[in-house]
Amino acid sequence: MKTTYREAVRAALREALQSDPRVFLMGEDVGRYGGAYACSKGLLEEFGPERVRDTPLSESTFVGAGIGAAIGGMRPIVEVMTVNFSLLALDQIVNNAATLRHMSGGQLSIPLVVRMATGGGRQLAAQHSHSLEGWYAHVPGIKVLTPATLEDARGMLPTALRDPDPVFIFEHALLYPMEGELDENIGPVDISHAVVRRAGRDVSLITFGGCLGKVLEAAETLAAQGINAEVIDVRVLRPLDTAAILTSIAKTHRAVIVDEAWRTGSFAAEISARIMERAFYELDAPVARVCSAEVPMPYPKHLEDAALPQVDTIAHTVLEMLKPHG
Amino acid sequence: MASGELPATRGHALLLLREMLRIRRFEEKTVELYSLGKIRGFLHLYIGEEAVAVGAMQALTPDDSIVATYREHGQALARGVPAGALMAELFGKANGCSRGRGGSMHVFDVSRRFYGGYAIVGGGLPVALGLALADKLQGHSRITACFFGDGAVAEGEFHESLNLAALWKLPVLFLCENNLYAMGTALIRHQSQTDIWRKAEAYAIPADAVDGMDVVAVEAAARRAAETVRRGNGPYLLEARTYRFRAHSMYDPELYRTKEEVERWKQRDPLVTFPAALRARRVLSEAELAAMEGAVATEVDAAVRFAEDGPWEPVEDLTKDVYTGA
Ligand SMILES: Cc1ncc(C[n+]2csc(CCOP(=O)(O)OP(=O)(O)O)c2C)c(N)n1
Repeated sequence: MKTTYREAVRAALREALQSDPRVFLMGEDVGRYGGAYACSKGLLEEFGPERVRDTPLSESTFVGAGIGAAIGGMRPIVEVMTVNFSLLALDQIVNNAATLRHMSGGQLSIPLVVRMATGGGRQLAAQHSHSLEGWYAHVPGIKVLTPATLEDARGMLPTALRDPDPVFIFEHALLYPMEGELDENIGPVDISHAVVRRAGRDVSLITFGGCLGKVLEAAETLAAQGINAEVIDVRVLRPLDTAAILTSIAKTHRAVIVDEAWRTGSFAAEISARIMERAFYELDAPVARVCSAEVPMPYPKHLEDAALPQVDTIAHTVLEMLKPHG
Repeated sequence: MASGELPATRGHALLLLREMLRIRRFEEKTVELYSLGKIRGFLHLYIGEEAVAVGAMQALTPDDSIVATYREHGQALARGVPAGALMAELFGKANGCSRGRGGSMHVFDVSRRFYGGYAIVGGGLPVALGLALADKLQGHSRITACFFGDGAVAEGEFHESLNLAALWKLPVLFLCENNLYAMGTALIRHQSQTDIWRKAEAYAIPADAVDGMDVVAVEAAARRAAETVRRGNGPYLLEARTYRFRAHSMYDPELYRTKEEVERWKQRDPLVTFPAALRARRVLSEAELAAMEGAVATEVDAAVRFAEDGPWEPVEDLTKDVYTGA
């Protein structure tokens, strides 16, 4: 069936509301407006305002209320419009969602799902364009998912809803209009493993979320030049499937990590460190990273393009790595 | 019942006194244990404020939920969290009510619907909303009581929570323990409007203030407030005006207030005035008071033994309960 990423998310939300009376959706403009990215369009009409709840602009409080509702026996799906706004809810996410289970000695479970849009590329400037999912992956007690494909957009939510712990799903805003074929019967997907999106032997391109498309494109460009790149979609930033990365390195002996976040302290740095720790002697070249420039995202298109990882920069980085040295 | 009156029955009067006495003696013991190094971390004492927790708790049924702050020994004891489990928690022992992982500031006892224990000022309010929302969505008739200090009133989460609770008519009883200080900052230096109950007006929430040094008055006001909430029209804010006789925490040199001020408030110590009123009306004899003191001392001693004898959680369990089932 032909569909879009947005429609896949919507189908997942709809099914969740249909199949479990404990599920409800809340967030800014999820109801009457239909969702800032139209992911919940039509759901208010179908399920009513009890289950599709418009909230005031109170990120900390509606995320916290999601936590309380999860403790209280519901299965809330909280939508935070954009990852930048989730910073207003950091207190509830880091100090409550992630910690209450442990601090209570295991008495509490928080089956909460939080979805938010992340990433740049739409000329929205610095307060609407950042990729902060790597920050959240720093925090034990939560799970962090980055669906990059239609299957994951459709299938990660139902799996997340079955998870007894808080799960954060980061949807790259540029992916919503992405079109493709999706199996009509696709069900819940695994949320604990990375996936090889393209098999190869010369270099491992490790990425997730909004960069996957660019990385696959770069891999095709490289293939035209006789370089066979393997593309790993990490999918789950926490808990990270280190084994899948190491398996690929054992095959290719080279790694380029592509992450839309800033290089300093990025999730790419974490992946790089793990490769260093566990596969140093497998490497034929230093691990390379393609990340965003260390600037708040600029508004003009040429500057934004220059700041973000691009197909060219990815391909160029690989070519540099494969050049004979010495 | 207006201020200065006695409870309807002698039995109830004695219960109120005993509950306040249990909190006072328990905490006096924790001071000793703190100086012995048995209890570490931050220890915030409730001494002086006992009438608030004990009075308010009378208005709650075992089915209601409670959310408290880091100064929550009083609420926990009044709720029925066993003194032993609480003391063991302060010791950090595995037989503590939160397996020793939370300590003084994070008391949880889900079996008694005591949902913490929040050390981020204001952080419990959104969670209380969520518990109430879950109840409402599931058709439960219980209410959630949320305790917080005057300091919390300056946080955005207080305002967001009042607004959302009123908007969604959530069954939350907001209980502000106004002890006139947020650490060392006096109410007049942190609030433009020092009548906290009046802030509720802006959110169309019914509200009231009560003498927090008078357990009978607190009970009466809390009952009225809880009944309003139970009727299903949304939240209520009750401000209890009280005072802590001790420092903010064990580390506080108390440079911000005078000894005379503290002494003046001690004239209104509920553990002096209430027994005096009972004796004056011949409801309580010296012998009965002595017997009550004896019973409370026995309970506290047993709690200390329970804590002393408790095991430490094995280090192998360090990362247990970060995620469910792990
Ligand atoms: C968000 C946050 N800011 C600062 C602190 C440090 N702190 C702990 S208690 C406290 C004062 C709070 O006063 P109040 O809410 O009136 O409660 P009380 O201690 O008087 O019971 C402060 C500033 C904190 N724990 N959380």
